[in-house]
Amino acid sequence: MAKYYAESHEWIELDGTTATLGISKYAADSLGDITYVEIPVSGKAVAAGEVLCTVESVKAVSDVYAPVAGTVGEGNADLEADPAALNADPENTWICKLEGVNASDLGGLMDADAYAKFVESL
Amino acid sequence: MDETLLKTPLADEHVALGARMVPFAGWFMPVQYKEGILAEHKYTREHVSLFDICHMGEFTAAGPGAAEALDAALARSVADQKDGVCRYNFLLNEAGGVIDDLIVYRMGAEEFFIVVNAARIAADFAELRKRLPASVKLENLSDSMAKFDLQGPDSTAVLTSLGLDAAALPKYYHWGKFELFGLDMLISRTGYTGELGFELYFDAAHAVDVWRKLLACPGVKPAGLGARDTLRLEMGYPLYGDEMDESTTPVEAGFGAMLKLDKSERVFVGSDALRTVPPKKHLRGLVLEGRRAAHTGTPVLLNGTQAGTITSGTFAPSLGCAVAMAYFDASAEIPADAEFEVELHRAVVKAKLAPLPFWTHGTANPKE
Repeated sequence: MAKYYAESHEWIELDGTTATLGISKYAADSLGDITYVEIPVSGKAVAAGEVLCTVESVKAVSDVYAPVAGTVGEGNADLEADPAALNADPENTWICKLEGVNASDLGGLMDADAYAKFVESL
Repeated sequence: MDETLLKTPLADEHVALGARMVPFAGWFMPVQYKEGILAEHKYTREHVSLFDICHMGEFTAAGPGAAEALDAALARSVADQKDGVCRYNFLLNEAGGVIDDLIVYRMGAEEFFIVVNAARIAADFAELRKRLPASVKLENLSDSMAKFDLQGPDSTAVLTSLGLDAAALPKYYHWGKFELFGLDMLISRTGYTGELGFELYFDAAHAVDVWRKLLACPGVKPAGLGARDTLRLEMGYPLYGDEMDESTTPVEAGFGAMLKLDKSERVFVGSDALRTVPPKKHLRGLVLEGRRAAHTGTPVLLNGTQAGTITSGTFAPSLGCAVAMAYFDASAEIPADAEFEVELHRAVVKAKLAPLPFWTHGTANPKE
């Protein structure tokens, strides 16, 4: 499955109309030690660019945005007890699902190569 | 980086170690190294960490009349302080507000070493110069003196492995003169972490060499200002600028008992105000429900009305929850079991009063 990235440093992987969402290694590294992950409430409809939840580290607070429109699905409840998992393996640690995602909306996002170049430019 | 930031002699060492550098009190300082704040915090509580604290200031005050003049200049007695002892003290204005919190080391009958906050070096020097007679020579050694903090339960073992005699090492809040790596050092058993530890003062020209040699000792790892802040917050230690400033008295900051105002008639700058003006606020510890941190300036609500203001807060790694310190209006009736609400970024969390220190297992001053 191809992974897509937003300029706000979230990644999503789309399977049918269900997307799995997390934050990039760059985002996790920039935050430092993550101490709290707010699990988004399922059932809420979100527009592209809307705030989904908050991630906190010892020294920073950062919002996580929906890269595409959808409805918040299941959240990764494991992160409540183990927020550090996001630092340990951010690219394989999901925060929540987004349901009802339209594949054509992915066009506005970057693939892994484009995102790597984007991060290098920062 | 901001070119106006000051650099300690170790700035390049920090960058080479992969530190994340941030501005702090006008200095370009490491907030963390590669392992991160949580790992550095835990390592300091359990083993031993080395902190670059060269940004802080050091003065000497020496000459006839030094003891008497410092006694009148500072909030805690200097006159009855014995040689070899370090004493936490306060430089106050006439209103009793804190110009700085500092540590005075007595080196002799009329000779003192004073350690001050980085951002207050100029203010403290000017104020002390005004308060000391011409017979007392006040020198600012801040630029030429390095300060390293070696903190954690294994710090004694590090110093003894380098040839220092364990029995000769200073006791808690004492200092001594030692030779380490062939250099003259002043070493005190003091710190800002709550753990057994030492502060090392020596010629800054050798800072890089000493830093490398200490990090080469088995078990010693560097720690940054991020861990220093979480460690001090778990101990309820104040940070100048957060918990104390010129409009806050040490009584309000929780150090009233230390000043013994009603047990003596000592007169010092600020003593009239402290004896006659009742405190306007009290500093209290808060434990928050959950892991989200409350930061400086956040209102603390009781029954929907603001009862206090957070001065500093953090996720407390050793406790697994968030803690904070906050000022509450002295006139407010706060029940001991009050349930507060703290409004965080897009959320409200509950908070309760907690005694300080939050962390009660520190090794800084174990019963020997």
